[in-house]
Amino acid sequence: MFLWIIKRDLLLAMRRRSDVFTTLFFFVIVVSLFPLSVGPEMNMLRTMAPGVVWVAALLASMLSLGRMFSNDYLDGTLEQMLLSPQSLSLLVLGKALAHWLVTGVPLVLMAPILGIQYDLPVDALFVLTISLLLGTPVLSLIGAIGAALTLGLRGGGVLVSLLVLPLYIPVLIFGSGAVEANMAGLGYDAHMSLLGAFLLVSLVFAPWAAAASLRVSME
Amino acid sequence: MLQGSNLACVRGDRRLFKDINFSLEPGGLMQVRGPNGSGKTSMLRMLCGLSDPALGEITWCGAAIRSLSGDYYAAMTYMGHLSGTKDDLTVVENLCISSALAGLEINETQACKALEHMGLGGRETLPVKVLSQGQRRRVALARLLVCQTKLWILDEPLAALDVSAVKLMQSILEQHLEQGGMVVMTTHQEIDITAASITQLQLA
Repeated sequence: MFLWIIKRDLLLAMRRRSDVFTTLFFFVIVVSLFPLSVGPEMNMLRTMAPGVVWVAALLASMLSLGRMFSNDYLDGTLEQMLLSPQSLSLLVLGKALAHWLVTGVPLVLMAPILGIQYDLPVDALFVLTISLLLGTPVLSLIGAIGAALTLGLRGGGVLVSLLVLPLYIPVLIFGSGAVEANMAGLGYDAHMSLLGAFLLVSLVFAPWAAAASLRVSME
Repeated sequence: MLQGSNLACVRGDRRLFKDINFSLEPGGLMQVRGPNGSGKTSMLRMLCGLSDPALGEITWCGAAIRSLSGDYYAAMTYMGHLSGTKDDLTVVENLCISSALAGLEINETQACKALEHMGLGGRETLPVKVLSQGQRRRVALARLLVCQTKLWILDEPLAALDVSAVKLMQSILEQHLEQGGMVVMTTHQEIDITAASITQLQLA
């Protein structure tokens, strides 16, 4: 059941590859624009790299949030999911996981390559990738709540950003903070532990909150 | 088995209906009738638990459907105005996935048999987006053939169907009722179904 929903969403993403590539290209272009506009000042690029990559990842993952439930809402499949004998929270968790696999994982894989543009040392690239690996699932999970709350509303896309962006701030601070700490020669364990804690908390609470919002939105 | 008492529905500041009482036993068909906008779809959405009645209570086997949730959903199949099919998936994928999400995993052979029966033989591997409106309906209705639920709640199941499909649908419903199933449906078409008990629920 849980696997079926993931399989279904991945199959749909495969049939509509353009959606996946839009997110990825958005991320690549935004990250690449900064070195071009700021100029080839190595020290400055190195200090701004973690922040830029993280903000771009955050915006890219938000770009596709609107589609998480709205397509299913329009063709009636969401209605059927609400009437499934299985727990709706589990279904939402599956959808969030599929969203992460489709939008989050490509960003994580692209990040070290893009980091080279900023002249990041190898160990900083490693920390950046790990921080994104821990942080991007949180973005998908929290995003699911926002997407569920704004389902079927006009101008839902803007509203979703207003709802979700403030909740993304802690992930942004500790994600980019980990890389900065590493470059300053400090340990990054504390940042990673906090990112891991965010992930665990959102794994437990976000599906439940999103499921409750879906029930309200569908009435 | 399925009972509603003193049901009322309010949309905005309009009251669509009030004091609706009914009870449906195994083998029974209930037809919800009324002009456009009289609350037929709202009624069906209440019956399947997608929305709450403003007043009154709906019970299944004596327990409120709210408290049953999962157990009730396992015994019920709802088919609304929207087909509930994915345009980008093929016909057979749609049927397999929608059944799996409804809690019943079927293999491709079973799915193909149901589709064949619904007159969709040879079109199993086409994406649903290339099908006509009536064919999409048939894909959605094919789920009734594979599901093993007792209660079917159908909102305009005959819309967009041609004459032969309407006949087929009638025989499917009759067979379900014969086996002790229950059907709640709305339709504007006249249909002649022979069932142990047929009740009409007239909304103003």
